[in-house]
Amino acid sequence: MSRPLYDRPILARHQTGLMNKFSRVASMQPQTHIDGVPVQTLIEAYGSPLFVFSEKTIVARYRELRDAFARRFSKVRIAWSYKTNYLDAVCKVFHREGAWAEVVSEFEWEKARHNGVPGERIHLNGPLKTEATLRRVLPEGTLIHIDNFDELALLERLADELHLTPKVALRVNLAVESIPAWSRFGFNLESGQAMTAANRILTGKRLDLVGLHCHLGTFILDPASYREQATKLAGLANELRRAHGAIMSFLDIGGGFASRSKLKAQYLPGEQASPSFDRYAAACAEGMAALDYPAGSEPTIVLESGRALVDDSGTLISTVIANKRMPDGQRGLVVDAGVNVLFTSFWYDHDVVPAQPFGGISEPTVMYGPLCMNIDVVRDTIQFPPMRAGDQVVFRNVGAYNVTQWMQFITYRPAVVIIGADGRHGIIRKREQLETLLASEEVPSWL
Amino acid sequence: MQRLRDLAISDTGFVFDPFSGATYTVNGTAQCLLDGLKRGLDRDGLVALLRERFECSDEDLPRDIDDLVQSLRMFGLVPGGFEVGR
Ligand SMILES: Cc1ncc(COP(=O)(O)O)c(C=O)c1O
Repeated sequence: MSRPLYDRPILARHQTGLMNKFSRVASMQPQTHIDGVPVQTLIEAYGSPLFVFSEKTIVARYRELRDAFARRFSKVRIAWSYKTNYLDAVCKVFHREGAWAEVVSEFEWEKARHNGVPGERIHLNGPLKTEATLRRVLPEGTLIHIDNFDELALLERLADELHLTPKVALRVNLAVESIPAWSRFGFNLESGQAMTAANRILTGKRLDLVGLHCHLGTFILDPASYREQATKLAGLANELRRAHGAIMSFLDIGGGFASRSKLKAQYLPGEQASPSFDRYAAACAEGMAALDYPAGSEPTIVLESGRALVDDSGTLISTVIANKRMPDGQRGLVVDAGVNVLFTSFWYDHDVVPAQPFGGISEPTVMYGPLCMNIDVVRDTIQFPPMRAGDQVVFRNVGAYNVTQWMQFITYRPAVVIIGADGRHGIIRKREQLETLLASEEVPSWL
Repeated sequence: MQRLRDLAISDTGFVFDPFSGATYTVNGTAQCLLDGLKRGLDRDGLVALLRERFECSDEDLPRDIDDLVQSLRMFGLVPGGFEVGR
């Protein structure tokens, strides 16, 4: 009889209190392919770590969101939230599907223009609108979501100077139950500030008020929050119609839908806790029923969903550098992608699995990145099977915010690739190299 | 080493520590090493035992033995200062 193959000795203590401690471990499956392409092939072609985006998944999620709202509203627009992921290739998939752009800086605006989005199909949000930015974007008809009274005054002055009537929306913050209000953005509804701002715009006549906007926050797990939001936005629209006869051409409910990731504080995994687009759309439609507009003048419902649209299309492949035994008995796994690359590790317990078939006993494991910093933990305790140096792991649902908020720290940022709907793959952002970084540095002559 | 000798280990790798009531799972190689440690084998003896019972290629067996012994120390199954004899 032949002897069994050797595998690393493991003594795993049983812990109580871990949810489904056996069934969840047993159900962990390796992910050897992404959209039919072997992980090994990708790593050999583009190096490790590596972000991989799936065109197929982006398109599927986009259509799911669009359809969920289109079933309930006659006019729906998705404005792609650039900050969530502004790699050109990813944006182009959204724009090809029909998305407009939602941007919060001149840089993002330029990027949207560069991607072929006409100025009048861009919503410009956020507090960072300098005079120079507004002078750049106003002649192109960009929709300006006004954040504060100083900006309102500046816009009125520029409207006079440039002989334009800018199309504007009022950004409103409002209270809904169970989530803290993002009250630092826009004009407050409950205090009457939003009404004051609207009155000024509508009586001043130098700006064309075409929309109302509210972004509640992010990763909002209760669809009922959107029902409350819609009721309040509709109420404000009704008031403006009564007071001024004004009809909004769009009501923008912002972003904030949860993706399938799991927040650190959350108990259930994301695929169970996160509501479907359909449930968000249903809640929004219930609230919007309060809108009292004449037939035929229904406003377009604008969505600025970011993470829920792109999170699950992104995967990070990372390579195991070493195993360690930690003083508390847990196994430490050092991988080549740290919080510099996987910024969302600060918020999420990422769904991570081996990229090759595995055997052996799972044990409590902490995953560390390669940075020389104690905070560099990419995954807190997870039951994980034995891994060898050189093996790969795959972090799933990491398409949102990582490739914009990542840091160039200690080492280079990795390459990003996309897999096309037909299985082709190609680079969409090159791995940084020494020259990339040196290109923006200078040494003064006296040094 | 009494604690180690008292461990009840089933054929399927289920381990019960009657001293603390804690339970563990071990794989075949760890079970083999527990066996060797109970018998008082030194490092070379443990390496030889693994090679005899398992198909080993280029693994770093002494490293793996140290890792297991560290786990035993952390779980209090061997005394804090315990080292495998050389
Ligand atoms: C104004 C605005 N719209 C949309 C988004 C996208 O949010 P999310 O990714 O939560 O959908 C944000 C994110 O902060 C935002 O500030």
